[in-house]
Amino acid sequence: MLSPAGERADAAIASGKRDDVENGKKLFDANCSSCHGLNGQGVPGNGPSLIGVGAASVDFQVSSGRMPAANSAGPQAPRKAPPEWVTPQAIDDLAAYVQSLGGGPTRPTADQVDPAKGDPAKGGELFRANCIQCHNWVGAGGALTGGKYAPNLNQSTPTQIYEAMITGPQAMPVFNDTTITPEQKRDMIAYIVKVRGQTDPGGSGLGRIGPVTEGLVAWVVGIGLLALASIWITAKKRAKK
Amino acid sequence: MSSATPSARPGSGSFTPPKAITGVSTFVDDRIGAGNFLKRNMRKIFPDHWSFLLGEIALYSFIILLLTGTFLTFWFEPSMHEVEYNGSYEPLRGVQMSAAYASSLEISFDIRGGLLMRQIHHWAALLFVAGMMAHMLRVFFTGAYRKPREFNWLIGLGLLTLAMVEGLFGYSLPDDLLSGAGLRITQGVLVSIPLVGTYLQFFLFGGEYPGTDVIGRFYSLHILIVPGILLALISAHMILMWVQKHTQMPGKGRTETNVVGAPFYPAFMVKSGAYFLFTFAVLAGLGTFAQINPIWLYGPYTPADISAGSQPDFYMGFLEGSLRLMPAWEINVGGYTLALSVIIPALVPLGLIMTGAALFPFIERWVTGDNREHHVADRPRNNPHRTAIGVSAITFYGILWLLGANDEISANFHISLFALTIFGRIAIFVAPAIAYYVTYRVCVGLQRKDAEVLAHGVESGVIVRSPEGGYSEIHVDPDEDIADHVRAKEPIPTLPAEADGDGIPPKGLRGPLGRLRAKMSRTYGAELVPLPAKNGHGAHGEEEPAAVGAGEDRKELH
Amino acid sequence: MSEKENTGAPEERVPHRVIGTPQPGVRLSERPGGEPETPGSLPGGVHEAEPGTGVIYPDPASARRAERLVALLFLVAFLAGVGFIASYVIFQVGDIDRTAVSNLALGGTMTIAFLALASGLVVWVRRIMPKYNLVQERHPMASDAETREEVSKVFVQGAEESGFLRHKLLRRTLLLAAAPLGLAPLVLLKDLGPLPGDKLRHTVWKKGLRLVVEGTGQPIRAADFNSPGGILSVVPEGYEHDLNALAKATLILIKLRPEQFKSGTNLNWTHDGIVAYSKICTHVGCPAALYEQTTNHILCPCHQSTFDAADGAKVVFGPAARPLPQLPITVDSEGYLVAQSDFHVPVGPSFWERGDAEAEVRGNA
Repeated sequence: MLSPAGERADAAIASGKRDDVENGKKLFDANCSSCHGLNGQGVPGNGPSLIGVGAASVDFQVSSGRMPAANSAGPQAPRKAPPEWVTPQAIDDLAAYVQSLGGGPTRPTADQVDPAKGDPAKGGELFRANCIQCHNWVGAGGALTGGKYAPNLNQSTPTQIYEAMITGPQAMPVFNDTTITPEQKRDMIAYIVKVRGQTDPGGSGLGRIGPVTEGLVAWVVGIGLLALASIWITAKKRAKK
Repeated sequence: MSSATPSARPGSGSFTPPKAITGVSTFVDDRIGAGNFLKRNMRKIFPDHWSFLLGEIALYSFIILLLTGTFLTFWFEPSMHEVEYNGSYEPLRGVQMSAAYASSLEISFDIRGGLLMRQIHHWAALLFVAGMMAHMLRVFFTGAYRKPREFNWLIGLGLLTLAMVEGLFGYSLPDDLLSGAGLRITQGVLVSIPLVGTYLQFFLFGGEYPGTDVIGRFYSLHILIVPGILLALISAHMILMWVQKHTQMPGKGRTETNVVGAPFYPAFMVKSGAYFLFTFAVLAGLGTFAQINPIWLYGPYTPADISAGSQPDFYMGFLEGSLRLMPAWEINVGGYTLALSVIIPALVPLGLIMTGAALFPFIERWVTGDNREHHVADRPRNNPHRTAIGVSAITFYGILWLLGANDEISANFHISLFALTIFGRIAIFVAPAIAYYVTYRVCVGLQRKDAEVLAHGVESGVIVRSPEGGYSEIHVDPDEDIADHVRAKEPIPTLPAEADGDGIPPKGLRGPLGRLRAKMSRTYGAELVPLPAKNGHGAHGEEEPAAVGAGEDRKELH
Repeated sequence: MSEKENTGAPEERVPHRVIGTPQPGVRLSERPGGEPETPGSLPGGVHEAEPGTGVIYPDPASARRAERLVALLFLVAFLAGVGFIASYVIFQVGDIDRTAVSNLALGGTMTIAFLALASGLVVWVRRIMPKYNLVQERHPMASDAETREEVSKVFVQGAEESGFLRHKLLRRTLLLAAAPLGLAPLVLLKDLGPLPGDKLRHTVWKKGLRLVVEGTGQPIRAADFNSPGGILSVVPEGYEHDLNALAKATLILIKLRPEQFKSGTNLNWTHDGIVAYSKICTHVGCPAALYEQTTNHILCPCHQSTFDAADGAKVVFGPAARPLPQLPITVDSEGYLVAQSDFHVPVGPSFWERGDAEAEVRGNA
């Protein structure tokens, strides 16, 4: 698991250091241009335009391994292990390059995504209002149309959560900073991090998806065990020799 | 270990009960004459089969519900009054919520044993309904609903319906985001009812949805009215079972006029007590190791929010599936609206299953003309059409239940949501038909196997080689118990359908309805696999067709 | 039996262990045999089919062994029971982790106690109590003909004695008297709630009422909500905690590129690509809250009704029969999003009196 690239201030990107952007372009040409075009303008049927998507998009997509996408196109590009060339430096360079193409949302600072600084109670209210309809109460994921799904949030870093909100990857809508402020986003991150790491006091969480697994367990374990018990109680003893 | 010769009762000397017992029992008997009742009933015989205990799962779950539920009532506040939470669960501090929700959080995190009682209570509710369903299926497949037990069958259906409703009221009480979604759906369904829907909604909720009354009203229904009715019906159910005596599985020495088994005192009551404790142990185990209804993760109810993967408890799953599978359909006529998208799924599947189940004993009597008492259970294979109908109904119910979780299936197995729904729309008609056919053939196949066991004996695992070089397996007679169990197959009665000398069919079988009845009777009671007559051979290697005894053991009744 | 195996011709060899059935000749249970005769009658109204076959005790040595096992199980139950009480005293609650420990301790000891007690009872029944094969007679459920006759006679006699049959006026007025009393409980329930009136046709939205973010209560500048593909859950200002209002007035606010709108959306009710739909699903009222920015689908998670946000939220799949109503919005003088008026059709699930309000609106347009 890569260390979240956003933990380091993206001063390099803000100041637009030439080396980063040039390295980024090399990486881009080698790994991204076949689907996104040599200037990031997009290739119809393959990859959308990256002009204006910003460094935040690059960090999110590449650090979670969604991009580069696998060859076979499914309904969406899922999280997977990133290829070996993806290092924190590589992501910085790539992000700097894409940012230079047309601006867009920049990566959050470490402070902006620090869960310890957020208020989970307030964050929970915003999370329940805007996120759980796709991602479920604790971020366990949920179904969308056409084989797409909102993934679970168990492996997402605070930075990735922030970046997903401001860039709206794939089918996910955009929650920009002027309507859900950075402080409010940090509250939401604090809630997600807190709840997903929380103990399940009642025993096994059964996936935390609710009555479906509970009903399954009631029948399989509950009725199953009691059927076995009733067989034991009423079994006729075999005559021994 | 038992021996063929009975041993003497161990320690048989004379034993007189202590003064404590004799004194009390004399005191009581002097006043209520309990001796008469005890004389008749102490040694009441109960037949033994594991499937006869399934109903006890429901009974004991109910008792545990009463116990744990009473505990919960001491702390739960059935009020929708808004409070700001300042309790132990940090991620909800400062959040506005109803007092009902806040008190449920308090029970979970601030009362010792509170979470355990909440969880056992909810698991017990699931096992209550599941146990009833398992029991109901056992009764159906063994034909134990037949005369004289039709009342008990109907009472049972009433209990099942009431239990489902009770569960709905119960899980809505904490007023969390998950159960609140269910409440909203209840309101949407109510409002769709023609003519009276909006009035019903305003009466139930005390005005607009969600109002401030409904949790309180559910509370009195949940802790008083419905448990009261349940208790009365359960008592009636038990009394009827006691008076009519339990059915028994077919076998040696078991007839329609006796009961063979163990006495109530001391054996059966200890077995029942043990099963109660097993039920409690399983529920306590679930309450300890399997988290259920984690309301703190759901958050308080607001009609503005909803989570992905919102499902009701399993017993409502089939209604949920019906609502999901139904395509859009609404009729607007003369300024009025019939929301068929909602009305059909809400009423039709439940109506079909419950009405079909309720009428089944009576329709079966109409088709078979069988008005005798039945106290010996049928083996399911021996009535292939009944069994096929049952499996077909289970399939219908099961498809709806499964598709009630279509979004969870879609998300977990990466199947397109719409494709899954469309599959369900087709499967709901096709799958029960396939299930009927397959089950019927399986039953007939099992009957053939039984006939073969009687005719040819059981494989022994010993192979012999004939002088010519061929191999064959020695068969031996089946054990007498098994043979009796198999041979106790009762032919299914049919209506006598021959026309009299003038070509007029018997009364009741005339006209289109009568002809349908005759046809159903012939089909239902068709004997495809007659059993061979008793003969003593066993050690043959060759196969021969079991064609003996065709037709003589069919009975016809009026 | 086992000694016989290696003697005799192969065809006569009978195996001493048969797959699937116990040894031939030794039965699973004692055999009552034929019709039960009177011998073997026992106290309590039961009898044995053959004397000495109804109650068969286990051999004393094995019963004593079983007793030791039962005693051990009961002892475990005792210790677990004590453990339960101790757990209650020792383990406190008050936060999540302590609750987890308390639940495990209390529940675990309870489970073990019940399990051990239950198992002990079962071993007692199976290995210490005798095996029973007792028979009890059934009697037909129906009462015999004589009894039925007598009851019938008494019933008729009593009816005649009561005069109920002869005195018609008595009979009819009795039924008359009972009728309103029977209705009384229903009548008493009338005040359970007010009449619906036209409440279901209106929400709290009105001209000039501001849209605010659900969860923060902040009003929304159109210029701030400027990322295409963005959504917000929106409630009316001042009603953030009024659940009755929220149940009809909650909105899903979506920012599209203006060129994405199709004919079903009323452009006069949008502002710069921002469109507001009722979040209350027209199927049975769950919040239709999911949004896919790539397909512009609004998806309701309850029963998967799917709406096209670019085309007036018309239904593209699922059981909802009507599109999500669109709220007319505009901006006020400070640039904040406000409503132009209430919805032009009733929101939420269909009801009997609703009628085809969409057609009426189209007719008037």
